[in-house]
Amino acid sequence: MIESLFDLWPGLRASANLLALEPPGWGGNLLRGAANSLIIALGAFALGLMIGIGGALGKLGGGPVTRDLLAVYTTVVRAVPELILILLLYYAGTDILNQLLALLGQRPVEISGLAAGIGVLGVVQGAYATEVLRGAIQAVPKGQIDAARAYGMTPVQVFRRVTAPAMLPLALPGLSNLWLIATKDTALLAIVGFSELTLETRQAAGSTRAYFTFFLAAGVIYLLMTLVSGRVFGWLEARYRRGQAGARA
Amino acid sequence: MRAFWQPHRVGLLAIALALALWAAFSMRWGWIPRYAPLAVEGLWRTIWLLALSVLIGFSLAVPLGLAQAAGPFWLAAPARWFCTLIRGTPLLLQVWLIYYGLGSLFPQFPWIRQSDLWPILRQAWPYALLALSLSYAGYEGEVMRGAFKSVPRGQLEAGRAFGFSRFATFRRIWFPQALARALPTLGGETVLQLKATPLVATITVIDIYAVASRVRQDTFIIYEPLLLLAVIYMAVAGLIALAFRMAERRFVRGLG
Repeated sequence: MIESLFDLWPGLRASANLLALEPPGWGGNLLRGAANSLIIALGAFALGLMIGIGGALGKLGGGPVTRDLLAVYTTVVRAVPELILILLLYYAGTDILNQLLALLGQRPVEISGLAAGIGVLGVVQGAYATEVLRGAIQAVPKGQIDAARAYGMTPVQVFRRVTAPAMLPLALPGLSNLWLIATKDTALLAIVGFSELTLETRQAAGSTRAYFTFFLAAGVIYLLMTLVSGRVFGWLEARYRRGQAGARA
Repeated sequence: MRAFWQPHRVGLLAIALALALWAAFSMRWGWIPRYAPLAVEGLWRTIWLLALSVLIGFSLAVPLGLAQAAGPFWLAAPARWFCTLIRGTPLLLQVWLIYYGLGSLFPQFPWIRQSDLWPILRQAWPYALLALSLSYAGYEGEVMRGAFKSVPRGQLEAGRAFGFSRFATFRRIWFPQALARALPTLGGETVLQLKATPLVATITVIDIYAVASRVRQDTFIIYEPLLLLAVIYMAVAGLIALAFRMAERRFVRGLG
């Protein structure tokens, strides 16, 4: 089957050889890059979610100063290109960490690309997650939260038992969008030299001059990631919407 | 306006002002006069890349949205695939695919090299513009699909009943209402597009971001150019948001 395809289209065999998983081919490098991208996206999404929960609760229930500072955070992050934030946070983060270490009498360290990538993208994701979660929490009927308080639940219990489950179905479409942004933003780390999928692809393409082969292959990998996660989020949404008024399927 | 000047805000503003003054006086800004002409050129390039790509992208997004909202299957499916493809892969990858891929393909054809377009195709900006336009078209095609679908059918039927031709119904009823509904989203998407423009610096287009990178490489000053760059992008993003708010006020009049 594949052999006859090769006969029909000779270029395909060359492409297949280039994409082979073993060292003469570059497929292994691409998959390693994809794994790195996925790890960073997962880490950044998780960090962003934590920042987002804190930010949303702060924006809704915090004091006036907290609320203003959070407004500045979300506005600035959403108006400045991610690329610039990545560079700024990367340099500033390394500087601050090393100065702290110097104060403690330690030697300066080189931050690993993985940790830096997760940290920086997480801070960016956090700003968007704050807005998504704030909207979702605001849409939870006030009476439900009042009722939970009236039962004598502590604020943590109220959040865990009432607010979080009630807002999750409302937040999921926004969060799914954020996850897609996270997977695609990992590509920006290529510019600061972290070897995720896009940079591996560019190196493979640059050294073999088979630009279309590699960029299209990487495109397929990214597309698979987004399509599969679209399915997963669709399933999650259907699951968490069970038992909601007006929910379908 | 009274609500803005609460006591804690005055304090926060004072702290912000002090930080700005500290930045202005104790950081190194001596490089600005030397790079100012280059920076103005770069900013201009960023702005026209943004404006042109939004214009081209939007004029592609309208048929893409229309095909998905009301087109027959053989038009709707390719349009949906195009949008999925663009939205499912990183813009950086698209930019590099178009620049390196097409850029390495074109010179192989003698008739392209001999054509009058070759001096333009040898530069990087046509590829940057193409990639940015296609990206905007993909995202906005999806937005316009929703907008076209959200216009009540009765309105279109009423237009037909008044004897409007199909095109007149589209031009005078369907499109204006869809646009009014899409405008708030389009404003946000245009700011996102602005934030995507620095990617063209990776294919040697000298936009404002590339100028700042050059300052960093030439002078080894890290924070100052990046901070100034962030302020510039925030200002442009603010202007875009303002422009869209004004457009909204004009267009959304009389929409229930």
